[in-house]
Amino acid sequence: MNPAIRIEGVTKCFGSVQALAGVDLEIAEGEFFGLLGPNGAGKTTLISALAGLVRTDAGHLAVMGHDVVADYRAARRRLGVVPQELVFDPFFSVRESLEIQSGYFGIRDNAAWIDEILENLDLTAKADTNMRQLSGGMKRRVLVAQALVHRPPVIVLDEPTAGVDVELRQALWGFIRRLNRDGHTIVLTTHYLEEAENLCGRIAMLKQGRIVALDTTANLLRRFSGHTLRLRLAPGNGLPEALRALTKGEADGAYVFSLENCEGIEGILADLRNAGCSVDDIEVGKPDLEEVFLRVMERG
Amino acid sequence: MDGFLTLFQKEVLRFWKVSFQTVAAPVLTSLLFLLIFSHVLERHVQVYAGVSYTSFLVPGLVMMSVLQNAFANSSSSLIQSKVTGNIIFVLLPPISYRQFFAAYVLAAIVRGFVVGLGVLLVTLWFVDLSWRAPLWILVFAVLGGAIMGALGVIAGIWAEKFDQLAAFQNFIIMPLTFLSGVFYSIHSLPAFWQQVSHFNPIFYMIDGFRYGFFGASDVSPWASLGVVSGCFVVLTLFTLWLLRVGYKLRA
Ligand SMILES: Nc1ncnc2c1ncn2[C@@H]1O[C@H](COP(=O)(O)OP(=O)(O)OP(=O)(O)O)[C@@H](O)[C@H]1O
Ligand SMILES: [Mg+2]
Repeated sequence: MNPAIRIEGVTKCFGSVQALAGVDLEIAEGEFFGLLGPNGAGKTTLISALAGLVRTDAGHLAVMGHDVVADYRAARRRLGVVPQELVFDPFFSVRESLEIQSGYFGIRDNAAWIDEILENLDLTAKADTNMRQLSGGMKRRVLVAQALVHRPPVIVLDEPTAGVDVELRQALWGFIRRLNRDGHTIVLTTHYLEEAENLCGRIAMLKQGRIVALDTTANLLRRFSGHTLRLRLAPGNGLPEALRALTKGEADGAYVFSLENCEGIEGILADLRNAGCSVDDIEVGKPDLEEVFLRVMERG
Repeated sequence: MDGFLTLFQKEVLRFWKVSFQTVAAPVLTSLLFLLIFSHVLERHVQVYAGVSYTSFLVPGLVMMSVLQNAFANSSSSLIQSKVTGNIIFVLLPPISYRQFFAAYVLAAIVRGFVVGLGVLLVTLWFVDLSWRAPLWILVFAVLGGAIMGALGVIAGIWAEKFDQLAAFQNFIIMPLTFLSGVFYSIHSLPAFWQQVSHFNPIFYMIDGFRYGFFGASDVSPWASLGVVSGCFVVLTLFTLWLLRVGYKLRA
């Protein structure tokens, strides 16, 4: 079976800027995949190359087995892209925009599906409103809707939740998750790492046009991140010397420890008891993607 | 095929939604030209025997409207889409570069025709026109609109800012249309300027178009047809090439 997305040896320069420095990546059908990286890492460039908006200097990209250059029409029919930039056509209403977008893909009678998308993105009440009169978050949702009109098996979302309020973010992810359950492949970029951690089964981290980490989300968390322990001692108590060496730092009067696993906590608590310290407050943090991300970016 | 049709319809809808500005305004401009020039020149100028100056002027004004508005339609649509970024809506779907070209040029022709017909209707009130060879009228209007529509595509793709497009319009399109014999016969010019006019393709569009009304022209309509068709083919091939390589559209 063809992978949903195949990227082989893709490089791209903009003048002297190397936006993509040899990217290889395969994303299987049905995956919920996260593409992470700091500003300027090359995420949007990679997505643009996939969508045929950017011509690569070298390498090949394919969507569901269709080369995005040689077989661009088949490839584009199978791909839905939510662009990062908030763009819209001020001449048209929400519904008109979606009907026109359907027409571009050769779909004439799409009212039922358009209604369903509008409903799921909570845009029904705004269907006949001109694009100019929408708020930023609503415009963003219309962009999501536009990417879905042709029911693409592969959906790429470039920071779809920037500027979208909490409630709708939940609704949007509910909808995207459902599409994923129905078999759509989802690729997502976001700077909200918690979002990626909750949603994505697999993650690639990009830095300066190169993939510096690629694994399942669970493995990444296991590999790069441990538990954190925050301790606040009762007033008048000082941290024993032996433990002071183990702390990662002190924040708001609390000591922070970084641990490989939960067992480490016991040892620290035992040391405190032996030193006669009493603890005011204790908090155990689970491994999180933000820490993984920072560590990977430091190393990579 | 359907992607093309939608893009074409969208382009027509785009100008139709603001027709006050895209149709009514240029019709009014042409009417003003007619009133002023005919007022000043009606008694002093006769170009063809038995044809009043005002009658002579009308086809020129109609064709000038067709040409300028065809150019304006494709060029302004593209530059707006590029500047606002919504050009990606037409770059993401499986629309081929040929369909892309055809849709923009055809919509430009439609806009040119709508404005041209508007000018014709309004000015007919002032003059009696003859219609010696309607087929020539149609052929030159279509070809002229197509050429300017294609030129508009080129300008719209090339320009990165509105002022670059304005420069293209003010320094190339306007002089070429105004110095093409809309307001005069080039036979009234000194020999040197007559020669220069023969290098202006728009002169042939106007001259051929006018032949369709009066059966008289500065050069043979067949010669004009040859020049205009040649321009159309060259411009079409050039524009298609730009679109195929994605010049300034696909980075
Ligand atoms: N059209 C362009 N012309 C010139 N340089 C570009 C162009 N597009 C992107 N770049 C450069 O390529 C690099 C990668 O940009 P890209 O937009 O892919 O980053 P990104 O990972 O999407 O960042 P962000 O998280 O900020 O969206 C950057 O250095 C950027 O300046
Ligand atoms: Mg980006």
